[in-house]
Amino acid sequence: MIQYILRRTLLLIPTLLVISLVTFIIIQLPPGDFLTAYMSNLRAQGESVTQDVIDGLRVRYGLDQPIYVQYFRWLWHFVQGDMGVSFLWNKPVGELIWGLVGMTVAISAAALVLQWMFAIPLGIFSAVRQYSIPDYIFTTIAFIATGIPHFLIALVLMWVIWSLTGFNVTGMFSRDFVNAPWSWAKVLDFLKHIWVAVFILGFLGAAGLMRTMRANMLDELNKPYVQTARAKGVSERRLLIKYPVRVALNPFVSTVGWSLPGLISGNIITSIVLGLPTAGPLLFDALMAQDMYLAGSFLMILSVLTVIGTFLSDILLGVLDPRIRFE
Amino acid sequence: MSPRKTTGGMPRDRALTAEMAEERIYVASQAQLMWWKFRRHRMAVASAILVIILYLVAILAEFVAPYDPNETDTKFLFVPPRAIRFWGPKGLSLRPFVYGLTVHVDDETYRTTWTEDTSVQYPIHFLVHGAPYKTWGLIKSDIHLFGLQDGRKGVFLLGTDKLGQDLLTRIVFGSRISLSIGLVGIAISLMLGISIGGVSGFYGGFVDILVQRVIEFIRSIPDIPLWMALSAALPADLPPLTRYFGITVILSFIGWTGLARVVRGSFLALREQDFVLAATLSGASEWRVIMRHMVPSFMSYLIASTTLAIPGMILGETSLSFLGLGLRPPVVSWGVMLRDAQHLRFVAQAPWLLLPGLFVVLSVLSFNFVGDGLRDAVDPYAR
Repeated sequence: MIQYILRRTLLLIPTLLVISLVTFIIIQLPPGDFLTAYMSNLRAQGESVTQDVIDGLRVRYGLDQPIYVQYFRWLWHFVQGDMGVSFLWNKPVGELIWGLVGMTVAISAAALVLQWMFAIPLGIFSAVRQYSIPDYIFTTIAFIATGIPHFLIALVLMWVIWSLTGFNVTGMFSRDFVNAPWSWAKVLDFLKHIWVAVFILGFLGAAGLMRTMRANMLDELNKPYVQTARAKGVSERRLLIKYPVRVALNPFVSTVGWSLPGLISGNIITSIVLGLPTAGPLLFDALMAQDMYLAGSFLMILSVLTVIGTFLSDILLGVLDPRIRFE
Repeated sequence: MSPRKTTGGMPRDRALTAEMAEERIYVASQAQLMWWKFRRHRMAVASAILVIILYLVAILAEFVAPYDPNETDTKFLFVPPRAIRFWGPKGLSLRPFVYGLTVHVDDETYRTTWTEDTSVQYPIHFLVHGAPYKTWGLIKSDIHLFGLQDGRKGVFLLGTDKLGQDLLTRIVFGSRISLSIGLVGIAISLMLGISIGGVSGFYGGFVDILVQRVIEFIRSIPDIPLWMALSAALPADLPPLTRYFGITVILSFIGWTGLARVVRGSFLALREQDFVLAATLSGASEWRVIMRHMVPSFMSYLIASTTLAIPGMILGETSLSFLGLGLRPPVVSWGVMLRDAQHLRFVAQAPWLLLPGLFVVLSVLSFNFVGDGLRDAVDPYAR
């Protein structure tokens, strides 16, 4: 087991390096460096910028150096937690991102819990009662739900709620509450806005998971070990939970790590549609304004989280399923 | 559905036909068997027909659409979807018609409300002369599938948008972009997937490990942020066709990894098979072994996976264009159209602006059903 963990840890280093390189390339992709964008921004605001100032900034940010020097400089700063400055907001990138993390993680975590709460029991139920009427209903709903983009449902829900009740669900609070101090009324108002996002991310996200769970269960249910256990007279409920469910959960464990970056990025497009101030819209704004330090750092954080998540998943899987350790 | 069940205890002639059916199965070719199995999947067949219709409409867009997609008309802003009627104050009419329209603009909010003027009936004709067009830049014509006579406007079956453009026309033209991007994207993904996955699976060893690492790496980056970042990096002033191609390449950038895995897995499994060994021993060249012996045996499986990958491409384009990062006006795609529905303000006034989304969902679900049916059909061990 220790050897397995060590091997996995060693693999992390080259992966992280490649990720940083790719992120850096993406930051560099737009034509011109970020100063050109910065300058055009300033000029658009009607401020005059002299060539001296530009050259000064160029030296300060190391943009006069060769590209590989810039890369290592950027990486070195990133590792130390200095992610550069967002010229769109004129604030350090780190401050901006961490300021939104709480909200984002809260929504995503609530959605994740909801997903699992629905997906696992329904998946088990559908598999055990295969081809029953509830199974058909659940699988059909799940099939359709996986085919519909979430932002579309957000749009439709937004409109339905508006036309039925005249309530605008976009944003986090109604206008009266935005600057009000926290109170029960504000909490209530907050819940009224937030449930749409949680519902969409949780309920619809559950559809895909439920299908996976059902398929896994169906694979396991006919295996000889299940029959053996049944022949020995283990009660049906105990048998299910003790054997096939445990095996069928393995793929869930291997993807739980993947939900780590999802916690931060949330569902970007849904958040944009619903006007929620999570990290997703921040990334979008950054990309639209070509604020590449902000966007790049964001991508970097997401990718690093994915790699760490996968790493954790692998370790967990190794603990759960001894076969994997020796592969 | 196994024919064996029908024999025994049945009238003689039915048992005979069952036996004949069984015999038919024994001698049927692989393709024939797949077709029979696919046919049993009702939803898949219906979806396949729908997909074909959608693509036909996309190909014949100029003819099917009643108007020009980019023609604006300030006289018809936010017209709600019109009802086609057969019955009016003048009694039954065998020829469908629409009523005339009267507009009322609110003095304070400037919101337009439309009411039907039941005293005027405009009959809808088929194959009418309308806006001139050039199909695929080749055939000049001005005949449209349906419309009002004398080039009069006012059918608007799905309503109009904020510029007075006919939504149905735009959806039809949009299908050309939205549906083709799936096919072009999947073609690029397939080429990359087959060549890279093939090399990885056929040669194995170091190449395989390297390719697998690269694939794992690409898949580890969350796709929407990556798509967004890459398409944001496209220069803003690209000509539409280049931009279209750029977006397709970006979508394929992630898409190929899944197909490459399928191809690699198939190659790994087939490499050890006796018939491959036999072909190699008979002196067949590497290329011939791959193309003549290995590819055909996983082709059908690959086609099923490919079909299931198309919806992802369509959704990717829709999402990107919806955000304004993908295609941009004057190009018409479903995602570009949905951009109009981004704000509650517009949707509240004109909910029909959400209709392009319905077509996205329809085509995505159809492809999913077809892919599902194909996957079951090509699996020789499926029940």
